[in-house]
Amino acid sequence: MNKIVKFSIDGVECLATRGQFVVDAAKENGIYIPTLCNYPGVKPKGGCRICTVKINGKLMTACTSPVSEGMQIENNANEINEIRKAIVELLFVEGNHFCPACEKSGNCELQALAYRFHVMAPRFPFSFPIRKVDASHPKIIKEQNRCVLCKRCIRAIKDYKGRSIFAYSKRGNRVEVGVDSKLGKELTDELAQKAMDICPVGSILVKEKGFYQPIGTRKYDKNPIGSDIENLVVSKP
Amino acid sequence: MSKPVIATTSLAGCFGCHMSILDIDDRILELIELVEFNKSPIDDIKKFTKKCDIGLIEGGCCNSENVHVLKDFREHCKILVSVGECAIMGGLPAMRNGIPIKECLDEAYLNGPTVVGNTEKIVPNDPELPILLNKVYPCHEVVKIDYYLPGCPPRADLIWDALTALITGNEMKLPYEVVKFD
Amino acid sequence: MKNAIIKIISKYNKDRTRLMDILIDIQTEIGFIPDYAVTQIAEDLHMSEVDVEQTVSFYHFFSLIPTGKYKIYLNNSAVSNMMGRAEVAATFEKELGIKFGQLTPDGQIGLFETSCIGMNDQEPAAIINNLIFTKLTPFRVKEIVRDIKEEKPVVEMFSASFGDGKNASELIRSVVSNNIRKIGPILDPNYKPGEAIKQIVKMTPTQVIEEIKKSNIRGRGGAGFPTGLKWEFCRNASGKQKYIFCNADEGEPGTFKDRVILTEFPRLPFEGMVIAGYAVGATEGILYLRYEYKYLEQYLEDILENARKKNYLGKDIGGKKGFNFEIRIQFGAGAYVCGEESALIESAEGKRGEPRDRPPFPVEKGYLDMPTVVNNVETLCSVVKVILHGGEWYKSFGTTESTGTKLLSISGDCRFPGVYEVEWGFSINDMLDMVGALKSETQAVQVGGPSGALIAPNEFNRILGYEDLATGGSLIIFGRSRELLNDVVLNFTDFFIEESCGSCSTCRIVPSVLKNKLKKILNARGVMQDIDDMVEWGKILKASRCGLGQTAANPVLSSIKNFRHLYEEKVQKNKVFDSGFDLSMAVKEGSEATSRIPNF
Repeated sequence: MNKIVKFSIDGVECLATRGQFVVDAAKENGIYIPTLCNYPGVKPKGGCRICTVKINGKLMTACTSPVSEGMQIENNANEINEIRKAIVELLFVEGNHFCPACEKSGNCELQALAYRFHVMAPRFPFSFPIRKVDASHPKIIKEQNRCVLCKRCIRAIKDYKGRSIFAYSKRGNRVEVGVDSKLGKELTDELAQKAMDICPVGSILVKEKGFYQPIGTRKYDKNPIGSDIENLVVSKP
Repeated sequence: MSKPVIATTSLAGCFGCHMSILDIDDRILELIELVEFNKSPIDDIKKFTKKCDIGLIEGGCCNSENVHVLKDFREHCKILVSVGECAIMGGLPAMRNGIPIKECLDEAYLNGPTVVGNTEKIVPNDPELPILLNKVYPCHEVVKIDYYLPGCPPRADLIWDALTALITGNEMKLPYEVVKFD
Repeated sequence: MKNAIIKIISKYNKDRTRLMDILIDIQTEIGFIPDYAVTQIAEDLHMSEVDVEQTVSFYHFFSLIPTGKYKIYLNNSAVSNMMGRAEVAATFEKELGIKFGQLTPDGQIGLFETSCIGMNDQEPAAIINNLIFTKLTPFRVKEIVRDIKEEKPVVEMFSASFGDGKNASELIRSVVSNNIRKIGPILDPNYKPGEAIKQIVKMTPTQVIEEIKKSNIRGRGGAGFPTGLKWEFCRNASGKQKYIFCNADEGEPGTFKDRVILTEFPRLPFEGMVIAGYAVGATEGILYLRYEYKYLEQYLEDILENARKKNYLGKDIGGKKGFNFEIRIQFGAGAYVCGEESALIESAEGKRGEPRDRPPFPVEKGYLDMPTVVNNVETLCSVVKVILHGGEWYKSFGTTESTGTKLLSISGDCRFPGVYEVEWGFSINDMLDMVGALKSETQAVQVGGPSGALIAPNEFNRILGYEDLATGGSLIIFGRSRELLNDVVLNFTDFFIEESCGSCSTCRIVPSVLKNKLKKILNARGVMQDIDDMVEWGKILKASRCGLGQTAANPVLSSIKNFRHLYEEKVQKNKVFDSGFDLSMAVKEGSEATSRIPNF
């Protein structure tokens, strides 16, 4: 069976390995599909819906859909970008995102997506939810005001026995990501740092760290999110 | 033809956005050539003396007076611009949203670590004082806002670009480096 | 108590995938899931506590804190409201001296709201300690509260005779009524259990699938996927074990036909599961039953036990060597989204009922990652009839696109609410005539529950069927006096907010945003732009993962489409913009905190 498949994104012919997720396949072809909850090497869970594309005419998440031969993908279309932009705005109004006071500002993926989609002010009313800051763990702070419920930490951060340190609780618009009270105490420095790094926003912070990068030198100060992929020189297989 | 008229105000803000307006450096001379200022801290005109073309709003609405000023601006300005994070989403003052007002006042005037000498335990309640709102409101959740210039403060270049575009009727350029939320 | 917990965990072999059963047993035993139980489960199942809690806190009927010896769950569906719920609710609050969501000070009685419990034809209804109380009135509530205060056992609180049919049987003894008002091939009282099994053992599995395909039957849950094809996919998928699920999580507000089937003809879906098992090569079947129907547990277990005795279940079924099939009942714990097949599978695996990303589909990778068929109760009933009478016979009912019959759960403003079996192709007009609803008095019909469509009189000539109005069978009739936006659209939107699993950003956030807009319009602060915004914002939900999310804006969107005038009547004509900001409301708290009287 041929392992290389041919497919198209916005009419541009692409090649990838069969079964690769569309997001990754696109990336290899120098095409950026915006993502938020997705993280390289972590099992995808189409939660944020920002990577929504149209696959053969149907709205699907690019992070969970494997490519197949002849697939026709619409990515950079108005209708789709409108949905993505709206989702970014929804996430802004859902939580309390005070960018000027956030340690992750400039390196925050939610903020970077807002920049990329030219969000000047969300079209939706702010909900100003009442949320907690959980600083009860020795190594990390869980800042619930900023959590976008992407599940990255839930999926990626496990203890040495494979147990979850982070997990959802409740459901619907009351969902939050909790930290295990026992395992949270045993968190190693390494895992704490990994949790902070994997968090797309400033919701997981290693204590006594932050604001160490001057404005102007941070990840998204000068270059839009995804520009690294788009500027990639693609070597086709 | 008369020059476009601009008004500015700072509601629940820190005047940082106004500082950023001044931060356009020598272009301020150019600006003065281009426009006329009406009600604004810049020229210290306290009351509107005429209809304005552009109103720049810094800060969100944290009390009743903010709401009155904002509505006054809406009535007098053809175009209203939310300038900065506080105007756009409440900003740092909105961090009190969700905390009962009583608790905020008690912390500020009775129990906080910086409270000294309030032996009579007075929480200011003079009828002349504005009344706090239940939360800090972004300006566009009170009146219609036409444009938004994010930033804390918005970069001077962003303010300059936006203002000149509004004055000349050109499209705002908004380059990536200048549109920031911090 | 700790020993009891250890015993329960051991009963399920410390199997993590049986977490739902463990939690249900603990909740039943202790009344809630205490901290020490969470700790014990975490230890024995090799999970973290936060991981256990994420399942517990997902389900409406689990609680991490005490909820009382008597737990009252009053249904808050739209029809319940229409039938006088407000007075019933107020009486509960008054008599108990607590609000909904609270516990009496002595910790004895808890009062809670709950989404539709499948009793729309006998509302207002409540669940008290797993038993159903229907047709509640303020008077009846007073009696119940009096009995509770006297600490009477709940079974002794019924004051009416038991319901019709099997509801009165020894193992059910419930006041619930079946209200079967029109029978057809599925509800045929002459059904003889086991006949279809005798037929299939003479056929090859492929022949069974061919017969089902010939009938053109499609899934009865609402989505309408061809059943034969689903079975074929599963049969052809590779896996060392395969599973058949009967989806009895009917949570779509207004539907209750599966409850009636399971009460009156429970052998029918079980036989259907056996047939499906034979066809796809599965040896295990699971009836996923919503917790609201817990009162049927003993009865259904007894039916299964009898089926085993008759060799309709177990080993070498129907005398066919090697044809083995077992069925167990898996209860949910209160989550509408678990009616979505992949969420149902997640739940059956002891997890939060969050729908999975597709592909892979359950037929390839379902329960425990094995090929799995999930069929609706009614679908499985229908296949028995297809086997008994043939696919050609089945096709003689209904339309070309939609073959066979459909069970309708009809409620709302009509004289004879209940379950009706009709052929596909039935029009809304005929339906109204059938149930005793005057067309002149009917304002709207909700077809397919909140996730369906709100139909106006000018569309009453439309027909039920996959080609026109596809539906799982929930039909709710609204008379002229109903305030559709407030009584229906707002209620349905609240339902979606409550029942979202919360994992998709779209479905977690948009319904609340739409609700706020709707309330703004209801509060006479809306403008035309708000209606347009709702239409635009509703579209975002189309990017959600599952059917719940994708349809969560349907109450708003379909009412705007078909009843736009109701919105337009409420919005301000002289304004193009209104932020909805209300200064007097905004200064209320601040004035009180400083003892000031605002004077603007």
